[in-house]
This record gives sequence, structure tokens and C-alpha cells, in this order.
Amino acid sequence: MAATDAALRQAQGDTGLRRKYEAVIGIECHVELKTTSKMFCGCPNEFGGEPNTKVCPVCLALPGALPVPNAKAIELMIAAGLAFDAEIPAFSKFDRKNYFYPDMPKDYQISQFDMPLTQGGVVHYWLPDGTKKSCRLTRIHLEEDTGKSTHAGSGDGRIAGSSYSLVDFNRAGVPLMECVGEPDIRSADEAVGYLEALKRTFVELGVSDVKMEEGSLRCDANVSVRLFGAPEYGTKAEIKNMNSFRSVHDAIESEIDRQIAVIEGGGRVIQETRGWDEAAGVTHSMRSKEQAHDYRYFPEPDLVPLELDRAVVERIRAAMPPVPFERFERYTEKFGISVKQTTQLVDNPALAGYFDRVVTITNAPVATLNFVLGDLSRLANESGTAVIAGKVTPEALAELIALTEAKTINSKIAKDVLARLWADGGSAKSIVEGEGLAQVSDPGAIAKFVDDVLAANAESVTQFKAGKENVLKFLVGQVMKTSRGKANPELVEALLREQIAAR
Amino acid sequence: MATERIDVRGVARLARLALSDEEIERYGAQLEDLLKHVDDLKQLDTSDVAATAQVIESRNVMRPDVLVPCLDHDVVMAGAPQPQHGFFRVPKIIAEVG
Amino acid sequence: MDPVRASAREIARAVNAREVSAVEIAETMIPHVAAVDEHLGAYLTLTPDLMREHARRVDARIAAGESLPLAGVPAAIKDNMCLLGTRTTCASKILEHWIAPYTGTAVERLLAAGALPIGKTNMDEFAMGSSGENSALGKTKNPYDLDRVPGGSSAGSAAAVGGFAATISTGSDTGGSIREPAAFCNVVGFKPTYGRVSRYGLIAFASSLDQIGPFARTVEDAALTYDAMGGHDPMDATSVDMPFETTAGHLREDLRGVRVGIVKEFATSDLAPDVAAAYEAAYADLQKLGAELVEVELPTAKYGLSTYYLIAPAECSSNLARFDGVRYGLRVDGADVGEMYEKTRAAGFGPEVKRRILIGTYALSSGYYDAYYVKAQKARTRIADDFRRAFATCDVIASPAASSPAFAFNAKSDPYSMYLMDYYTIPVSLAGLPSLSIPCGSALPEGGSRPMPLGLQLASPLFSERALLGYAHAYERATQHAIKLTPDPHCHPELVEGPR
Repeated sequence: MAATDAALRQAQGDTGLRRKYEAVIGIECHVELKTTSKMFCGCPNEFGGEPNTKVCPVCLALPGALPVPNAKAIELMIAAGLAFDAEIPAFSKFDRKNYFYPDMPKDYQISQFDMPLTQGGVVHYWLPDGTKKSCRLTRIHLEEDTGKSTHAGSGDGRIAGSSYSLVDFNRAGVPLMECVGEPDIRSADEAVGYLEALKRTFVELGVSDVKMEEGSLRCDANVSVRLFGAPEYGTKAEIKNMNSFRSVHDAIESEIDRQIAVIEGGGRVIQETRGWDEAAGVTHSMRSKEQAHDYRYFPEPDLVPLELDRAVVERIRAAMPPVPFERFERYTEKFGISVKQTTQLVDNPALAGYFDRVVTITNAPVATLNFVLGDLSRLANESGTAVIAGKVTPEALAELIALTEAKTINSKIAKDVLARLWADGGSAKSIVEGEGLAQVSDPGAIAKFVDDVLAANAESVTQFKAGKENVLKFLVGQVMKTSRGKANPELVEALLREQIAAR
Repeated sequence: MATERIDVRGVARLARLALSDEEIERYGAQLEDLLKHVDDLKQLDTSDVAATAQVIESRNVMRPDVLVPCLDHDVVMAGAPQPQHGFFRVPKIIAEVG
Repeated sequence: MDPVRASAREIARAVNAREVSAVEIAETMIPHVAAVDEHLGAYLTLTPDLMREHARRVDARIAAGESLPLAGVPAAIKDNMCLLGTRTTCASKILEHWIAPYTGTAVERLLAAGALPIGKTNMDEFAMGSSGENSALGKTKNPYDLDRVPGGSSAGSAAAVGGFAATISTGSDTGGSIREPAAFCNVVGFKPTYGRVSRYGLIAFASSLDQIGPFARTVEDAALTYDAMGGHDPMDATSVDMPFETTAGHLREDLRGVRVGIVKEFATSDLAPDVAAAYEAAYADLQKLGAELVEVELPTAKYGLSTYYLIAPAECSSNLARFDGVRYGLRVDGADVGEMYEKTRAAGFGPEVKRRILIGTYALSSGYYDAYYVKAQKARTRIADDFRRAFATCDVIASPAASSPAFAFNAKSDPYSMYLMDYYTIPVSLAGLPSLSIPCGSALPEGGSRPMPLGLQLASPLFSERALLGYAHAYERATQHAIKLTPDPHCHPELVEGPR
């Protein structure tokens, strides 16, 4: 029985109900692999273009054509599996999944049924507040993408109500990873965290662009609810048609509310497929009657099995960069960096790699972070170049940071030197020594500057003594000016206070 | 094995073949006849053999990830039963053509 | 040299030696074939312009100093093989007007070796059949008796060569579709080991069984043709990446030291008396050539038909799904795409094709997959094992290619009786072994008035093509059965165009 509007509204506003019911969510993703050519032929694996211009006898399924698997796709799959600690079996094969659909050129899809390229695995991820979570993977397998249908004649591009469809096979045959997650996820936020972890990892590995808006990541969510403490899972509904992480979040939230409302209203959740309607903010049932597919899986006779040599797997593992979660843990727990800044870094793997190299030398993660995310990124943004494409090598930055940490130069000078390094490259040490930019920390010298400034600013001294604290800033600034920026600002401040007190 | 009646209509639907009632009867009878013959496989002991996947022993046959020229668009569309604006047009898809 | 009667070897030698041009060969064959085919019906499409174009190219290459193994040899191509720009129909209404936009590898290699494409030959629809009668687009007759079937599924390719309307031709063999029509049409028909010849461009029937192979009037010609077509192809993942052993020029001339296995379960006593006698004589001839006859057992061969008629239909039900009216071929419109599929396929496929799609879909369907498809694949392993054991005691197995000579049209209306025509060839196919049929005499068929050809099937271990063709060559050299029979007057080379 469908939830009444009132019940739904009540559920949506009622956090008490959310405490009563536990949501159980399993995510299934299809991720297009970033190869040059398609999975079984040499046509380009590229988004966009005029329809039916990137096809050949194989991906168009002309009579007589035969598939040959893309070695790179297999390698990327293995890397993806290893990134999540999945098991890479010794033996794998392809199977045919038989069903008819206009965007399926062969009317079967070459996929993997009982011997996928990876088994198991765990996706570790984090929530915005830094809580660590994990979701087990059932498997990741390799298959080929379908063509794309556009539905015409209904006015809104949806299938229902359309009078005909137009099919483009440019996408047919693009290699696809199907990632099936266990139902370990318990909230919409977790679902998004999980997806972000997948995305970050795949982008870092170069396995996929993972752009939902371009279709290189598509996902469905299986959602069910049960009373907290109940031993059995509730009936699940499969949610489709979510086009962004935001949609995934909202759709899951909406579906949880709907299911709770149904149950609270005395009804039962039906196992069905439901489509997310972004505009209306609800899910709609997509099937009038449940029809089980008989895919008639059988081993693909046009392909031979894969025997995955352990040495090859190890070679792939050795060449992989660290996974984002590893970075997350290291940055937040070992380095004490905030979740927000960690996320910022992790989302930019190139920058994170740069950061890691600098920290290896400086052993000063916080200071390094401040430079990297602060002034260095600012310089990079202003010039429209990425940090790693710029002239400041990790070694040069590390040198600059070392000079700052040793208090050889002050922060203002450091800023200037950084700007010089960004513009011309080179070494911080050379610049500082060459131009005598070293911070003046000799108390005697500073005392002289302080004397001069106090002498010239008697009213300020009076104002400070009268309680105006911020006058000190002005005075520090004056001393810095007099010393051409080289005085050690902390010493300056300390001496100023001392001297004023003595006057 | 083949003792119950075959659901020829169901099989025909899976195979996307429109069959008349007469054809359902006729093919049904012929299929059942074949299955009676095929029943002799029950007598063959296959408990200790693996299914043949391929008669050849090849493994790991793959291709490098390089581009190969595509078919010319005009050639592709020349064979299309109903080309439209460079697409293949098909009648409306009823949501679950599963 | 008379191009109609000459062997491929003779034609190639003469063209390479510039004694005759490929264009002259083409210009002789084109009218000849057109005239013969009025009666024979071997071809669905004749390609005279293409033949001339290839002839010109061959002559140019010869003039530039090249030597081509099949220079100027007139070749017929079975119509389930894609040849760029030609109608490629599989003898089905569903592809009746389809023009192939590419050429398959084996055909490409054949033409690159200098062969001239005469046209595309008739066949049983989608290679499903053993008589040629399942063609939806034409009727091919046996060149030795126009009232009898040529065999199938490579009906036209066998008939063309047997009827002197081609020097060589390509066929495909899944359960016997080269060997059986070769036997019926008095020619050599050779199926290589599975994986030896690329399947890229061969419209698939049963992927794990299909192989392309040659028809010719001599073993040597068959060897030359196979050598041109065979070898690894990166476009076919099932083509074997092994050094290719050429066969022509390495053919032995006797059978001394060769152990020929005679299969206990294929007793000639199962056959009609004069057919049995012919085979017994053939076995005796093998002995006269120095072979030792050895009895071998293939206890599971009797399960071959059941095994085959589960595996092949299962694979074909999937392979033929792509014929859906969306991208090419016949389309019959419907109110929605589902109706379009059903009506298109109902109109486009003939009865035998529908039968096999139905049985194949059933064998793969949920609840039946293990009992049928998996069981059959296990039975296949047992059959292959039997052959392996047999080859421990013999080098080659000899048997009838078919249980009778060519039968009359409409003689086998019951599907299963037709399936029985492949009884001897199917087990060999299931094991993937190289195998051929070579003319071994004749017998009067039931109700017939003239003797019809018989074929001896030889099968040898995997990848032993050179040895196999050698055994056949030795047998042919000593017995020369093919030339003892005269084709129908409409096909006899002497009588068609007069002296040359």
C-alpha cells in the first residue's frame, strides 16, 4: 500500500522514526574505464561526438564480427580490485548475458558471471566529520557498455509516453566495471562517502574519470529499512536514475522516508524498481509487474579464459599509488590535519603527491600544509597553472620551509621568496643568502631599530600604555619597515613590549 | 529431464520469435522429439569430467589498447533499416523489454 | 590449359608463368559459370565485375614480379562469409539484401593469394542443415544428379566445385557441413583443426565448432587453399597462435607405417550393402598403400548427436540474437520494439533456424542449463577423450563421411532423420579435430538409377593437418575415384562449352 501524503510528510520530519528504523543500503555502480579504445575492438573510448561515428563491425555487432579483450582494461580492473584489497583469482573468464534491448548490439552482453576478475574487498571511506567507515565489496567484474537510446515523441525524453527511440552505438563496447557493494551502508551520507571514496580511488589510479554527468559513473541503490535490532533485512527497492552524488543522497533519503511511512501506515514495502524524479523529489515505481530476467548465462565461446599470473598482479600492485583512504588516515591521524583540509588535498591527488614529497623532506606536515594549501596554491590559481606544473620543486619548497622553521627568515620574507621561486624557480637558500634576506635575530640590532621607532612615535607609546593593544601592531610594522622586513617579528614584539614598559 | 511439456510459448518469447498457435504445436512436437533422443545423455557418466569450455588450450588472448580505424558513418547507416539523423530509429521501447 | 577443368595448381602455375592471364581465366569462367548455374543453382550471387577487378589486380602484381600461390584460380565463396561490397545472406530472408561492409580474414587471405571471386554460394540457412534444402533463397542441386541434394550446409560450394563451376571454394563446417556435401558431390572437403583458420568474417552459427575450410577436386588443391587461408589472426581470439605448418608440397605418397583406425562403433554392417562394400574396399585400398588397419573404439561417439544438438543450438540461439531488425537486415515493423523483434525474426528465419533457436534457448534457460547445456559440454569432454585414447594406437581414423550417398529432394522431412546424416562427422567436430572427406567410390542410392559418389572421412589428431592431407593425397593418388564418375551433362566440362 502506498504511503499517504500525510504519513510521508510526517516521516520526513520525524527524526524519532529515523531512530526507530535502520536503513540498509547496497550500492551497485557501473564505472567506465579510461582506456584509449573500447573493450573488444579498436574504436575510440571517448565521450561525445556525432552519433554512430565511433563504431566498427565488432561494436556494432555486424554479422561475422568477433570480440578481442583490451589488455589495458584488464590491467586497470586488477588495479581497481587491489586498491580495495580484493582477491584477484588465478582464473577468470567472460560469459554471455543474454537479453534483447535496442541499445544492445549483440542482444547479449559480454560480462562475467561466476568467475569475475575480483572477489571481495573493502571500501574504506570517511564522513564529513572525519568518522571512518567501511563497506565490503561483493565483487567487481568487467563487462561492456551498451549504446545510448534517446526517447522521442513524449516531450520529456523519458521512455514512458515516447513514440520512438533513436539509438547511438558510440558508447557500445566501452569497458565497464560493475562494482557490487554489500549492504553495509546505513545512511545517505554514508552512501555518498562510499561513492566519493570510489571516485577518488579510481581517479587517483587513472582507472576512470568517474563523471556522473558524462555517464562514466552510474549507480543504483538497493534500499530497505528494518526496525533496529531486527535480525532479518526488510524488503528492498532498487532505486535508479540518480545523476549526481547529490541525487543519490536525496533519493536515498526520500526512499527511506517512503518505506518508513509505508510500514508505519500498516503496509508492506514491495520489491520493485523505482526511478528517482529529481524535480519532484520522490521515487516512482518503474514496473507495473515484476518480471524476472532469464539471462541464460553461459561461458563466452568467442573468448578464451584469463589465467592471472601472480607476478603480473604483483607488478600492477607495485606500480599503484597509495589509495586515498591511506592518505586520509595518515593526514588526519599522523599529521593532525583537519578533515576539511585533508579532503581538499586528497581530492587533488597530484597536489597530495607533491605535499607528500615535501613532507618526506621537511617532516613538518602542518607547516608544509599551510604553504601548499595557502600561498603556493594561491600563486598557482592566480597564474592558472597547477602547483605540480609550476617551477617550485618539492625540494625547493622543502628548503624554504626549513629556513622558516629554523627561523632563518620570517614569514613575510618567506612569502616573498616563494613568489620569486614560483616566478623563476631556483633555490630558496640561494636567494636568501644571495640577497641577505636572513632574518635579523640579533637582540642588539633589533634593539637599535626598536629605539629608533619608539623615539619617532612617542604618541603611539602613550596610546599603548593607555591600553590600545593594536597600536603595537603598527609599531611592529614600523620596525619591520625600518629593518627592511628582516627583523624577527616575534623578537621585535617582545623587545617593543619590554622597551615600552621601561619607558 | 524431458518428461514434462516444454513451454514453447515461453521459450519463443525469450527468443523474440512470434509463433502462431499452429507453429507452437508443430515446433513443440519436434522439440520434444529431439529432447527424447537427447535424453540418451542421461546414460553417459560425466561425474568425473569437466565441461569443455573450448577445445583449444589458449589463455590470455588479448589486444593492445590502441585505436583502429572505425567504419565510415555513411557505410554504417547504409545498412540501417530506419536511419534518422544519423541514429538508428526503433519503435517505442516499452520500459521493460527484459 | 582449360581453366574449367584444370586444377588450382595448374592454373596458378600457368598464370605465374604468364602463359595465361588472370583476366583471360576470368573471362572464360564468367559465361561458363552463368550457363552451368542455370541448372545447378550453386550460386546466390555472381560477382563478375569483382572477379574482373581482382583478375586485373592479380595480373598487375604478377607483372610487378610477384608469384602468387593461387594466381588466377576461380573461387566460390560460401554466402556466410563477408566479402566487402557483396550481398552476404547466409541464404536467409533476414539478410537477403545485406551488403557486407568488410571482408573476413580467411577470404581476404584467399584473395590476397591471387584467387578470383566468382560469386557467393547457396547454403542451408545460417549453416543449419545437411542437404542444402533449408536455403530460403535458392535451390542447389547435386551436380551428379540434378534430382538429388548436394548435401549441406555448404551446398553451393560443394556443388560448384563438383560441377566444374569453380576450381576451389570455401565452406564452413560445424558438424559436417564441409565433409558431408563433399562426399555427396564427389569432391575433397577439408575441415582444419578448430582455431587454424580465422572465423573473423564468418557469420557465426556455433562459435565453438565453426571452422572454414576448402573444397577442391584434388587434395593438393585443397592443401593450397588451406595454406592460403590458415594461420593466426589477432581479430579472432579463438584462432591459435601457433607456427603455421604449410601442407602443399609436403604431401606423402604412400601409407607405409601409417596406422589407420577403423572405428568399431561405425561398423559398415550398419550401411546398405553396396555402400558397405565400397567402404570395405576403401579400407582395403588403404592397406594396399602400406597402412596397418587397427580397430579403435569410440564408445561415446553414439552420444555425438545428442551432444551436438544441445551445444550448437545453444550457441546459435545467442549468436542469432543480433538479427533483430535494429541495425541491418530485414525489419518488420511493430507497435513497439518488442513486437518488431518478434515479427522480424518470425518473418526472417526459416523453420530449421527457428527450431534450433528454440531448442538452444531452452537448453540454456533457467532450470535446464545444468541438465542440458552443461551435461552436453561434459559429454563433449568424454567424446574428445575417446579420440585421444584412440590416437594412442593409430595415426588417423577412417570412416564413412555419411551413411548413404545423396538422397532425393524432400526425402528427409523429419528433422531428426536429417540430423542423422552427420552421425559420423559430428563426433570429430566436437573434438575439434582436423578432418576431411575424399571421394572413395560410388553406390546406387535407394530408388536411384545412377551411382552417386561416396566420401571417405579421415580424421587425425589436433593440429596434424599436414599429415592428414598427406594420407588423403596418398589415397587419392592410388585410387583416383573422383574422375571415374561423370557429372550431369549440364555440368560436365566437356559438354558445356565445346572444345577449347
